[in-house]
Amino acid sequence: MTLANVTRIALIGNPNAGKSSLFNTLTGLNQKTGNFPGVTMDKLTGVWELEPGRNVEVLDLPGIYSIYPKSIDEELVINILANPKHPDYPDMAIVVADASNLKRNLLLFSQVRDLGIPTVLALNMIDVAENQGYVINSLKLARELNVEVAEINAKKGIGVGGLKLAAIKTLKHRYASNDALPLPVSEQLIEDVQKQFGEADPYRSLLWLMEHDRMKMFSEEQRESFDHLMEKHHFESKKYKSAETVRRYEQISEVVERCVINLNRQWDAEPVKTWTDRLDKVFIHSFWGYLIFLSILFVMFQAVFTWATYPMDLIDGGVAQLNDWLKEILPESALTGLLTDGLIAGVGGVLIFVPQIAFLFLFISLLEETGYMSRVMFIMDKMMRRFGLNGKSVVPLISGIACAVPAIMSTRSIGSWKDRLITILVTPLMSCSARLPIYTVLIALVVPEKNTLFGVFNLQGVALFGLYLLGFFMALFSAWVLKKILRAKERSYFIMELPTYKGPRFKHVAISIYNSVRAFVFEAGKIIVAISIVLWVFASYGPGDSMAKIEEQVRVNNPSLTGVDLTNKIASEKLENSYAGHFGKLIEPAIKPLGYDWKIGIALITSFAAREVFVGTMSTIYSLGGEVDDENATIKNRMRAEINPDTGKPMYDAALGFSLLIFYAFAMQCMSTLATTYRETKSWKYPLIQFGYMTTLAYVAAFLVYQILS
Amino acid sequence: MLTLADLRIGEHGEITGFTDEILSLKLLEMGCLPGTEVILTHHAPFGDPIALKVSGYTLTMRREEAATIQIKRK
Repeated sequence: MTLANVTRIALIGNPNAGKSSLFNTLTGLNQKTGNFPGVTMDKLTGVWELEPGRNVEVLDLPGIYSIYPKSIDEELVINILANPKHPDYPDMAIVVADASNLKRNLLLFSQVRDLGIPTVLALNMIDVAENQGYVINSLKLARELNVEVAEINAKKGIGVGGLKLAAIKTLKHRYASNDALPLPVSEQLIEDVQKQFGEADPYRSLLWLMEHDRMKMFSEEQRESFDHLMEKHHFESKKYKSAETVRRYEQISEVVERCVINLNRQWDAEPVKTWTDRLDKVFIHSFWGYLIFLSILFVMFQAVFTWATYPMDLIDGGVAQLNDWLKEILPESALTGLLTDGLIAGVGGVLIFVPQIAFLFLFISLLEETGYMSRVMFIMDKMMRRFGLNGKSVVPLISGIACAVPAIMSTRSIGSWKDRLITILVTPLMSCSARLPIYTVLIALVVPEKNTLFGVFNLQGVALFGLYLLGFFMALFSAWVLKKILRAKERSYFIMELPTYKGPRFKHVAISIYNSVRAFVFEAGKIIVAISIVLWVFASYGPGDSMAKIEEQVRVNNPSLTGVDLTNKIASEKLENSYAGHFGKLIEPAIKPLGYDWKIGIALITSFAAREVFVGTMSTIYSLGGEVDDENATIKNRMRAEINPDTGKPMYDAALGFSLLIFYAFAMQCMSTLATTYRETKSWKYPLIQFGYMTTLAYVAAFLVYQILS
Repeated sequence: MLTLADLRIGEHGEITGFTDEILSLKLLEMGCLPGTEVILTHHAPFGDPIALKVSGYTLTMRREEAATIQIKRK
């Protein structure tokens, strides 16, 4: 659908006005929406059947309050709408307006219309407006604004027919905008802009002038010429924008006065107390607010760590059984080894995450859908500010429990560059779901299962919760340090709409869970499976013919060994002499102070690109280098059986276990996150800083833990 | 000069002007216009940020930002 002659319609509107809901209704496309500002971070496209046999492309853009961007996510809109040469430049715009907040929504509408794009006004949430006592005469509004107006209910999908008619009519007649500027400026200035940068509507020329720094269509030189022009004509864009906004509101107020009947005024009654007001009395209360937030977090952790273990055990056991069964029925060969120990062990390592990711996204999307997430930002802002963060940093930090990649992308709505940068840099310290299996396996090895704290809490659960808290507090501490180091480019601010509470749309929740699980299984899964196979090859083959000789050597050196013991001995000797074994040995001196041997060294190397590979690597290593007993085939049991050759005691004691746990809690082992940081900061400097400080932190902390505990 | 930061919960005010030029554009776009009536509805814990009803919806801002909005009592 990227053909140049396809008609393209852009959906534009305030955050929460219902754009994404309308987009889903029109295109039937399953796209994630949420009830907090900034859910649509990127543009999305879908196909809408406007008339039988006529499909148009619909473009959903991030929500904005005005054409003048205040944060990165808002920049996209002006870059498309003010640049007719942009590949996504629309033939028509539908401005989706929340009728219960008409004046503010019409501000954006009037700016879009003045850009010279044929525009339809879609009035959404008329029922909400009527409940508040406002009756809108949309026919009159259409006449006053000189555009087609369609009444819709985006959530229920009502009014699409009328919207189609309005769109068809507007596309056919291409209603022109009014050519006049909202506020006059010197004609010479507009002429100069048009002379240097090409013919354009006056308002678009003015936008280029005022927003040239944010527009990607201009080169560095062109930006300088814009600066010169502004100087030459003594043009102050901030003053103009403020004055323009006031002027537009004056015009809008006159229109609204004529088109909207306010029943409240006639009865002179106090505005009705809404459900949102009542709920907010509790949810942002200085005591109950925090208590509820903490309880929600607690239930969320319970779900992820307790409820999810049942399906996880099933997957774990199932994969182990499948492997044993395949080994039994398939002839023993290198190919069987690759399939069972390489591929299936790797796939199993991916699938086992699925229940936890599903639970996490169930909670996160429910919080977003209902509008509660904005309340969390509200009650957390003061605390976060102390650490150089922002109330809006809470969402990335919470999402970071699932995955740092979408979490870092969600920082785009943070207006201040410094707040945003700090949030990006510290978010990967939040323990993401990829760390969870590592935690689970290691905690099971070193923390006794039966002991309970005060007879209520499971000690393993407490340890797990402790690791999450540790990650969170380390993120806060690092943010505080960064706050002292980094210099602010501009002032931080927190001006945000609190949306009304809404019941969650369960279809959207389901889609959100499905999308994140699918993205994880296919995106992360690809890497994990690829590394598992490469690792299997490196662990099965060695330099020269050393591997072939080992079997003979073991037989000669250990004549008393027979049967299973003999095959075990051969397998572990082979692993030690494989390429992977050599790599592990190579870095052993560096990791010895942390308590790690060359086997863990292999796991560290392979998990540098993606930490979730750790468990897969461990299962590959231990299934290659040890006994595969039918009943003890899970990775946990294999690691528990591992003996430290130096001491003769179990390898995974408390010192090593906690040292590894701490290392994985702090280390930056995720290529995808580093790539995202690069993309979001547009500089290699910040991913390097992120990698450097987190790895140092991990090494030093793991060193201290091992030395103290051993 | 009375500002929005001086209001207590439940009190009404009418916006008369702004003292910070950079913030004023954002505030204007969010519907805080001179002549508009505002009601302070909530404090976040520890008194900051604050939530207010303006133009029919709830807007939140920090106390220092509210202090740039001049008001008169209604």
